[in-house]
Amino acid sequence: MNSKPITPHWEHFEHEADIGIRGIAPTLEQAFEQAALAMTAVVTDPDLVSDATAVAITCTAPDTELLLVSWINELIYEMAVHGLLFKRYQVVIANGKLSATAFGAAVDRQKHQPAVEIKGATLTELRVYQQADDAWVAQCVVDV
Amino acid sequence: MDTSQFIQRDETCWEIKPKGAMRVPAIIYADEQLLQDMDQKVYEQLTNVATLPGIVEAAYAMPDAHWGYGFPIGGVAAFDPELGGVVSAGGVGFDISCGVRTLHTGLNITQLEPHKQALADALYRTIPAGVGSKGKIHLNHKSMLGMLTGGAQWALEQGYGEVQDLERIEEHGCMDGAESHYVSPKARERQKDEMGTLGSGNHYLEVQRVSKIFDPAVAKVFGLHVDDVVISIHCGSRGLGHQIGTEFLKDMAMSAAQYQIVLPDRELACAPLNSPLGKHYLGAMRSAINCALANRQIITHLTRQAVATVFPGLHLDLLYDVSHNTCKLEQHTVNGQKKSLYVHRKGATRAFGPDHPDLPDVFKKTGQPVLIGGSMGTSSYVLCGTKESEQRAFSSACHGAGRAMSRSKATKQWQGRTLIEQLAAQGIIIRCPSMRGVAEEAPLAYKDVSAVVEIADRAGLARKVARLEPVICIKG
Repeated sequence: MNSKPITPHWEHFEHEADIGIRGIAPTLEQAFEQAALAMTAVVTDPDLVSDATAVAITCTAPDTELLLVSWINELIYEMAVHGLLFKRYQVVIANGKLSATAFGAAVDRQKHQPAVEIKGATLTELRVYQQADDAWVAQCVVDV
Repeated sequence: MDTSQFIQRDETCWEIKPKGAMRVPAIIYADEQLLQDMDQKVYEQLTNVATLPGIVEAAYAMPDAHWGYGFPIGGVAAFDPELGGVVSAGGVGFDISCGVRTLHTGLNITQLEPHKQALADALYRTIPAGVGSKGKIHLNHKSMLGMLTGGAQWALEQGYGEVQDLERIEEHGCMDGAESHYVSPKARERQKDEMGTLGSGNHYLEVQRVSKIFDPAVAKVFGLHVDDVVISIHCGSRGLGHQIGTEFLKDMAMSAAQYQIVLPDRELACAPLNSPLGKHYLGAMRSAINCALANRQIITHLTRQAVATVFPGLHLDLLYDVSHNTCKLEQHTVNGQKKSLYVHRKGATRAFGPDHPDLPDVFKKTGQPVLIGGSMGTSSYVLCGTKESEQRAFSSACHGAGRAMSRSKATKQWQGRTLIEQLAAQGIIIRCPSMRGVAEEAPLAYKDVSAVVEIADRAGLARKVARLEPVICIKG
């Protein structure tokens, strides 16, 4: 019996001081993309951001959970150093290595009304797993 | 949380006896109400801290403790290197040496009142705040090195501030033992355009009125009188500290097994103080402390410039500068023996009491000023260190109100524009680049800072000196 395929999506979850990001999708790569979109949404509404600029990102880690943290931290670094916000992502994961392109635009304080700067992705509530319905979940708390 | 999990030692001291892998007890300073309101995660995180190698006496939580990362925010723990003690990147936090400094203006509220809007505009124009703001200072390789090793002393040499500022900064403005070669190229890159910026989130610059004096003798030494106007700055080591925290957290998580450290929570990632990784982190973290001290020094300079455009000739003296996310080597007495311990304070303020050798002469009789920031629209407090705080929690006190509600809940409950209007009706001017940022920092999203400070005072962690009310708040 085929169950209905999961639509890739993201959500925030509660942390008392900060905020949790979670991506849910049919594949691990898409779950990482959605978690990153949840991270953008901590700062601004992703719909307000254009995708004119592409940034290539690679990172490695000894396990998938640390790979998620490394991925989000690479994005945070690019956002901080180049003053960017990202609207969408393309992620490929193979043999513990992540290769991705992040598409976004420079921060426009008037247009994006960025709420908060993200300091880093933490290992708190860090989980990457496959649910009973086969959907992948990638989540952690980000410090703001 | 359920108070029946604790043994109540006295009015404000609640103990969890060692169990399982705990090496020492866990102690929370709170009254019954604050304890009930704390998240159960504080209990879990504090008892996890108590399992770490080389921890001494107890794992402590201040009255403002809340759910953090590995360590609770408001957590204090000291480690003995001779007992295999560890240093934890999560136990310091991402915003290394985040802290508060307070400046005297020499004005009283009546003198400020007609110029409030002009001062708010001048400060907002002059001090870069919020996401995407850049400073006017650009560090090259040489100036980066100077900043990382020199802290506020370096800033002073660059023309930011006055020489008398230094004795009123912890470590006299320069953290010893900074080893800038352990600060990665990425951390440097992230910082090179961020000097003199406030950041965002709960960071702010606030013009405040002294609304109450609790201890007139100490307040006199601190130079505080009712209706005086002071300016407080709350910010930290910006992108550099965040990047150092990020990198060492991962390295420590990956190497825990190598050091035979069992982590009940990966976020508690740590390394032995005597290991290469532990030493590298200490060298980098101390560089980040210098970055924070330099940053607050530069913002002080910008504040003086902004104030001078509205009140020419005014001289702004520094009351004190405290850091509340640090790990510092300190001398403490344990079981009658002097010990050199590495004290982690994660969202906790150092609170050295009278006669402590590290204090400048001016504070030798009073203990150090302990600056407790409120949230936008609520009170802040000045306290002083006590002698008994040494026995209570290695001379530590709370650092602020502590959040009571998550950011997402706050944005659902309040609108930035409405909050600004409500605060304006109370005579408080808010300047912030982001309305959502204002909503996330709504005053009611935080615990009652007065209740937290009251308990810190009753517990003997620090003693109340003065209360400050906000007049102008520049939010990051």
